Amino acid sequence: MTEPVVEMTDITITFPGVKALDSVSFRMFPGEVHSLMGENGAGKSTLIKALTGVYAIDGGTIRLGGETVSFSGPAHAQAAGISTVYQEVNLLPNLSVAENILLGREPRRFGSIDGRAMRRRAAELLDGLNLDIDPGSLLGSHSLAVQQLVAIARAINVNAKVLILDEPTSSLDADEVAELFRVIRSLRDSGVAILFVSHFLDQIYEITDRLTVLRNGQLVGEYLTEELLRIDLVHKMIGKEITALDEIGKRAHAATGAAVADEPGLPAFAATHDYGRKGAIEPFDLTIGEGEVVGLAGLLGSGRTELARILGGIDRADAGTLQIEGKPTRLRTPRQAISKRIAYSSENRRSEGIIDDLTVRDNIVLALQADRGWFRPIPKKRQEELTQSYIQALNIRPANPDALVRNLSGGNQQKVLLARWLAIAPRLLILDEPTRGIDIGAKAEIQKLVYTLAENGMSVVFISAELEEVLRLSHRVAVLRDRRLVADIENDGLTVDALLALIADGSVADEAPPPDAHPFGPAYDEPATESLTSPAGDLR
Amino acid sequence: MTATLDTPSPRPQAPTPAPAPRGSLFDRLRDVLTSPKSGPVLVTAVLFVVVFVIGGVRYPGFFSGQVFLNLFVDNSYLIVLAVGMTFVILTGGIDLSVGAVVAVSTMIAASLLQTGWSPGVVIALILVLTSVLGLLVGLMIHVFKVQPFIATLAAMFLARGLCYVISKDSISISEPTFVALAVTRIPLGPGLSITPSVVIALVVVVIAVWVLGFTRFGRTVYAIGGSEQSGMLMGLPVARTKVIVYVVSGFCSGLAGVLFSFYTLSGYPLTAVGTELDAIAAVVIGGTLLTGGYGFVLGSVLGVLVLGVIQTIITFEGTLSSWWTKIFIGALLLVFIILQKVLTSRRR
Amino acid sequence: MSAALTRIVSSRLFWPVVMLIALVAINVIAFPGFLTITVKDGHLFGSVIDILRNGAPTLIIAVGMTLVIATRGIDLSVGAVAAISGAVACSILLSSPDPGNPGTVAVAVGAALVIALVLGVWNGFLVSVIGIQPIIATLILMTAGRGMAMLITEGQILTVDSAPFKALGSGFLLGLPVAVLIGVVIFAVAALITRRTALGMLIESVGINPEASRQAGVRARGLLFTVYTFCAFSAGIAGLILTANQTAADANNTGLFIELDAILAVVIGGTSLAGGRYSLAGTLVGALVIQTLVTTVYTVGIPPIVTMVFKAAVVTAVCLLQSPATNAAFGRLRHRLTARTSKGIAAS
Repeated sequence: MTEPVVEMTDITITFPGVKALDSVSFRMFPGEVHSLMGENGAGKSTLIKALTGVYAIDGGTIRLGGETVSFSGPAHAQAAGISTVYQEVNLLPNLSVAENILLGREPRRFGSIDGRAMRRRAAELLDGLNLDIDPGSLLGSHSLAVQQLVAIARAINVNAKVLILDEPTSSLDADEVAELFRVIRSLRDSGVAILFVSHFLDQIYEITDRLTVLRNGQLVGEYLTEELLRIDLVHKMIGKEITALDEIGKRAHAATGAAVADEPGLPAFAATHDYGRKGAIEPFDLTIGEGEVVGLAGLLGSGRTELARILGGIDRADAGTLQIEGKPTRLRTPRQAISKRIAYSSENRRSEGIIDDLTVRDNIVLALQADRGWFRPIPKKRQEELTQSYIQALNIRPANPDALVRNLSGGNQQKVLLARWLAIAPRLLILDEPTRGIDIGAKAEIQKLVYTLAENGMSVVFISAELEEVLRLSHRVAVLRDRRLVADIENDGLTVDALLALIADGSVADEAPPPDAHPFGPAYDEPATESLTSPAGDLR
Repeated sequence: MTATLDTPSPRPQAPTPAPAPRGSLFDRLRDVLTSPKSGPVLVTAVLFVVVFVIGGVRYPGFFSGQVFLNLFVDNSYLIVLAVGMTFVILTGGIDLSVGAVVAVSTMIAASLLQTGWSPGVVIALILVLTSVLGLLVGLMIHVFKVQPFIATLAAMFLARGLCYVISKDSISISEPTFVALAVTRIPLGPGLSITPSVVIALVVVVIAVWVLGFTRFGRTVYAIGGSEQSGMLMGLPVARTKVIVYVVSGFCSGLAGVLFSFYTLSGYPLTAVGTELDAIAAVVIGGTLLTGGYGFVLGSVLGVLVLGVIQTIITFEGTLSSWWTKIFIGALLLVFIILQKVLTSRRR
Repeated sequence: MSAALTRIVSSRLFWPVVMLIALVAINVIAFPGFLTITVKDGHLFGSVIDILRNGAPTLIIAVGMTLVIATRGIDLSVGAVAAISGAVACSILLSSPDPGNPGTVAVAVGAALVIALVLGVWNGFLVSVIGIQPIIATLILMTAGRGMAMLITEGQILTVDSAPFKALGSGFLLGLPVAVLIGVVIFAVAALITRRTALGMLIESVGINPEASRQAGVRARGLLFTVYTFCAFSAGIAGLILTANQTAADANNTGLFIELDAILAVVIGGTSLAGGRYSLAGTLVGALVIQTLVTTVYTVGIPPIVTMVFKAAVVTAVCLLQSPATNAAFGRLRHRLTARTSKGIAAS
């Protein structure tokens, strides 16, 4: 085997309080497509930033083409032959294609930019990618896919030895992905090492030769893609976390079992039919019963947040229908959802949840107040009661209604956010990663709360990257993969392993399953939209 | 073998018929018109021609070469201001200080010439001082992250106040070189002439066209307006460029002040109040997007000419009072801003 | 003790109040009679009363501007709206046979305020429905508004002789200038409406985090309409006071640069131009600082218009103090100081 072009050994990067990378090794060979896999907090982007010179490393060595290097910044890494194409195409829509490829490196004559030479050079590079567009045209007039290819053309213009593609396919359709893959393959054949990062498992298995899996800042292993079963990959990415909440788990299970056995048909609170949004989530059918906790399971980027957002009225659906208590309903704004007593609590606590410069009290009453309109203020006394009751019920610390939310810890901010939604007395509460990044105590409290709310008749949609948590709380689990709802099953003794299998391989009817990674029986070839109501045990 | 040879090689497929030329021309035209890059500037060009023709039809003597040339003669300082403003707005910034800087430049010129300074030194000093003011504004914006609007507002206050520090009253200029530059006419043909100021303004325009279109600095200006973040990731000198555009605008304001003092032969503290709005309006009407990234210097020149021709029509009309100019400019601004909004939102 | 001190120093009102006290102190030292208030004919007179009366229009507009700025907006058109409002009132009074009749004055004032409200709705429409950046949306009315005012006055300075109207600007009620009382009423109404209803909290919420507010069901559109309309309304009232004070509507000069003073008052008062938490009390102090500054400059004998230089200095200082770069520097300094203090404690 040839020498690796990139060899990162024992890389350690520490942020205040966190070891983002703990002695991780990573290598890439020329002429291969390599993928870096891992969930939130695995250290993927940290490793990439170390490789591209954005972060300085605290320990370990980086060797490029056999020589030890130490990057002073992104420009240095780029000059050394490591080029990156970012997720949001970081180009300039207002300039021409040629300029976007060559900006900063334009051919010049007598101090003037030589436009003709520039277009000629750009045309050569585009030709190399088999891309037939006018180099003089405005970049913004082309589709995102073409812009992505232009970004690649810019990246390879500097004789890149290593090309990093960070989520390049997240906004492309199937044809555009095929076009991109054609280009990736031809670059690979010309000897470039390509790091392809994507949330789409199908694409990973289609294009990559080798995988490196990270988890919690540590290296799990390096594998040949064709030798690693999907189920094993997902196992390695998610891992198994020991959680200290078994007791609630048991109680939830007991309740679940009873509910399912005694009342097979809970009255539906919300039901969707072919409900979806282009580019975000394929049309799905999902029914949420009253008092039912529906867990959404899937990898990061699988469409779980997108599904929750259109259910909560944050984004508009552009296909299908939604019925609330049997009545066809349209949710155009979050406001309309709130008036139907549907609350969506965002996973981005800071940017879409709390209002950090307002007090705990203002944050808690905000949604209720917005619903009433500004001219009908909630009486001060009532505000005080509400705030105090939630501070006590959710154990918000510090127990000071006048504290600015920006000064609270993450867990307490999350509780304030929950209190805001509980204050509108929702019928359906959609919680997107409510337990992410908060300490174990707060986590337990929030789980307990969800359990109690559902017992009292509230419907809950619960999203979490931790499958144990999903299983512990949910009556039913909806599984998403590659922006589709691929399974919808009762949580009746469902195990993490069974769930992992569904996440890895919940096959989709109109796409041929990848030949090499199909560990389970034909049960998985069932159409995606059909509910798999049989108990998970039967699937084995 | 022979058979193979005889077999006609598969003829290249007849090229798929190109879309009907008319359709493609129409599509092309529509593309150009709806592009945020060229759409507004074409609309402005058409507007200018239409307004000029309307003037020509309505008023005898309007449709003459000299009326057209006078648009340049009367607005040479505004052209220079608009050029500087174009640089700033292309990066997504704004410069509210230009009117006050013009005023302070005329004051410096008038007062120093009065005390016997040589005109060359005075002009050089003005250009240096206004460039330094621009530099300070640029640094305030870049280093201290003060919004351009506020930073240039402070510069405006400063410049306007300095006018009164120099003198409360109008100072006339009688220095021979300035007077000569004011009265000289450069003949261009029978009954046609321009002033030296026009030549200076046009030289500025030519240099600006070259800088914005054909130098790395110029393309970086556009890049910042397109996306500062991307520009930075592409390794462009974003910080330096952002500061320099305010220096350019300061320099242009100073030069415009000099041209304005040729035009009026005096310095007056209350001169050019609200000129920043004219300059911004000219740039916007000339097709430069206020959010930056799209626009041309020549469009801004066209914008100045549109403002000039409206002024001329109102003068010719006689019964129409001068305040209509402001209302027309406001209405045009509205139309063009909404046009920009529509064109950019269609392209998301 | 030291905790209380820290609270006072870190209060957003601290620096503005210090600035005000310093200015007053300078005045008292220069003119020992500065704080004296005398009673003549049952009316209060004195420098302080003058400051309050002359500062009333700026304060009134600044109150409206505070709410606009809290939503991350800005309103540049207030000066033009003030001019229009004054022009409308004066032209109605002039065209009436009996301008001294309180009923006529009421009609004139009412009509002026209705026009102001309409203009505010227009701004709100451009910002919230069309989605134009506030600075640009209000720039349109800033440009065209002066023209409209001149259209109403037909380019004349309309001098009116109407005792009840004049009283708005220079009359006294209960011993206090009417203008001051109007200012107090507007301030109180704004404070009550925003703080007794949920308006203030929702405005801040939208200003701090628009997306989180949207997800919480806050209707930003209605709020924006409300604040821009209120801001124009307050500009209309200020225009009436300014016009009544001069007993003349001057389309060109009524409320010239008042938008800048108002913005300055808001900024000095500690409300960030980036939107979010606002302080009407701070704005009050800010308006007083500006007016005291102007009066001080007057009484010291500097030409009044040179105050612009001082204003420039104040804007620059305040912006630099608010800037993130400065804050970071201060943060480092504070960090070092506390580190040293705790070390000191440990040592002792």
